[in-house]
Amino acid sequence: MDWEALLLSMKLSGCTVLVLLPIGLLTGRWLAYHHFYGKSAVQALLAIPLVLPPTVLGYYLLISLGNATVLGRFLERWLGHTLVFSFEGLVVASILFNLPFAIQPIQRAFEAIPRELREAGACCAMTPAKVFWRIELPLSWPGIVSAVVLTFAHTLGEFGVVLMVGGSIPGETKTIAIAIYDRVQAFDNGAAASMSAVLLVFSLVTIALSYAVGDYTKRRYG
Amino acid sequence: MRWVTILRDGMVDDSNAGNAMRLDIDGQGVAVRLRQAKPIPLDVTFNCQKGEMLALVGPSGSGKTTVLRSIVGLHQSEQGFVKCQEELWQDSSAGHFLAAHQRKVGMVFQNYALFPHLTAIQNVQESLAHLPKQAGSEYAKEILSRVHLSGLEDRYPKTLSGGQQQRVAVARALAREPKVLLLDEPFSAVDQVTRRRLYRELAELRRTLSMPIILVTHDLEEATLLADKLCILHKGVTLQTGTPLDVAAHPVSATVARLMDQQNLFVAHVVSHNPQAQKTLIRWRGVVLEANYQPDYLPGVKVCWMIQSANVLLHRRHRPSNGERENPLSGIVASYTVLSEYAIAQIACDAPENVVITMTLPIHVARRNDLGQGEQVKISLLAEGIHLMPFEKLRGDKSINVD
Repeated sequence: MDWEALLLSMKLSGCTVLVLLPIGLLTGRWLAYHHFYGKSAVQALLAIPLVLPPTVLGYYLLISLGNATVLGRFLERWLGHTLVFSFEGLVVASILFNLPFAIQPIQRAFEAIPRELREAGACCAMTPAKVFWRIELPLSWPGIVSAVVLTFAHTLGEFGVVLMVGGSIPGETKTIAIAIYDRVQAFDNGAAASMSAVLLVFSLVTIALSYAVGDYTKRRYG
Repeated sequence: MRWVTILRDGMVDDSNAGNAMRLDIDGQGVAVRLRQAKPIPLDVTFNCQKGEMLALVGPSGSGKTTVLRSIVGLHQSEQGFVKCQEELWQDSSAGHFLAAHQRKVGMVFQNYALFPHLTAIQNVQESLAHLPKQAGSEYAKEILSRVHLSGLEDRYPKTLSGGQQQRVAVARALAREPKVLLLDEPFSAVDQVTRRRLYRELAELRRTLSMPIILVTHDLEEATLLADKLCILHKGVTLQTGTPLDVAAHPVSATVARLMDQQNLFVAHVVSHNPQAQKTLIRWRGVVLEANYQPDYLPGVKVCWMIQSANVLLHRRHRPSNGERENPLSGIVASYTVLSEYAIAQIACDAPENVVITMTLPIHVARRNDLGQGEQVKISLLAEGIHLMPFEKLRGDKSINVD
């Protein structure tokens, strides 16, 4: 059991969720309530990680963040080191890769709130900000939980992007998924099995939790 | 009182648009004037005084809800003037527009729009954020008891019946002590029995309220039963405003008459006027009828005319007719329907031919005269009840040569 790898994965997932939650809330709500020219294109762009092979995304990131590009060189000068093969690079990659997992559940949740409810809020003298806090957030709660859970669990198990952008540096970019692959390559099936089991149980519990939250709110408010 | 027909730049009242209604902008109630071309055309003018209930009536798609949303501040029409109890809410000519949360409105939404994650009392308290918590909770309780919901304060909306949900919505709308109360089809989501009870409750509640109330409905009967004034909306245009009885008896046009579900609507020519007798004669398909004196329509002019079904009288069948009745006609009962308190008979006239006149009569009168399908009857059209309107082509009227 590679505890260092598990801890690193948890850290990566946590960082990704922390950054993606506000992005998901803003973008999801924006997409739910606004219609603009080119909305489909924006949505398609945001959904691309769903269908793109992770290695492809990883490849583009490796190229664009490496010191062969202007962006890569700028980031290297700014941060003091290159983003590829570093933890920060993994966070950037995870954020991009998880955009649809964070945005889509939140967007659906906001879309599901009837327009009249928000209007009724306004008729109760609520400012738009208050409508957001008192009406929209409580009602989209299950969608937000689901976005957090999906992002967290999905980052925990991500393999292709991590391998391409991060490699397998222990304590820096060697996540649990990489560690499992590493152990299997070394014919250490015992360690691979225990790590896989941990991931399996963890994923099951988190997904079950997110369903439970959804069910509870549905039962309570209908 | 100042009456305006021209409302600042760009809001000139063009009476040839058929909407020459005047707006009283200094009154104590709500004054509304809206004009727009998109997304649906609107040309709306009406006043609703304090304590008065105005029903905005029209078929679905006529723009009723858009008008309501404009008053609330949820929709901004291109040109608009909305003033409520001295407060100016919208004046497009001055670039003035208050958002919904800045207007003191009470709105009951069609499906009530109760916050599903809050209990009945919390729903009401959301309108009372300006009060300290304790006072707000006490006041919310008091309002809920006013709408007969004591004991249900801590229930979630989905555990309440349709009628109870409507009461919570009314309580929430009233809690803010609004300057105008708006009801958007508030009875459409409940069953008939509950609806009748809610009608009574609303009528009762109304007596304690002093603000203008605007009811949106497509149900004429409901509007006539509840409202002091009707405002007829058709394709985004307010065609007529008046008491329910007046609009039903004296529609300004055949379109309004049709919207008021007028059955007896025909075309005729004016023959002559007799100021002494206060009568106007019209010729309808070869038959000359005597109508109330209506000198606005010159002799020879083509007009639409109508008579309310209650103004068609049945001659007593088992007694000899004294022959001196107003506008006597004879015919055969083509259809006969008995409702709970009155009967509806459609009379196919002998002359003029191919004409059906609808009459309503108390059930005991129909019984005493053995009225039934296929019976030969004599009827009178009360001259008092014959109302003339400008000519317009009637839908389904095949005969061009009407007289």
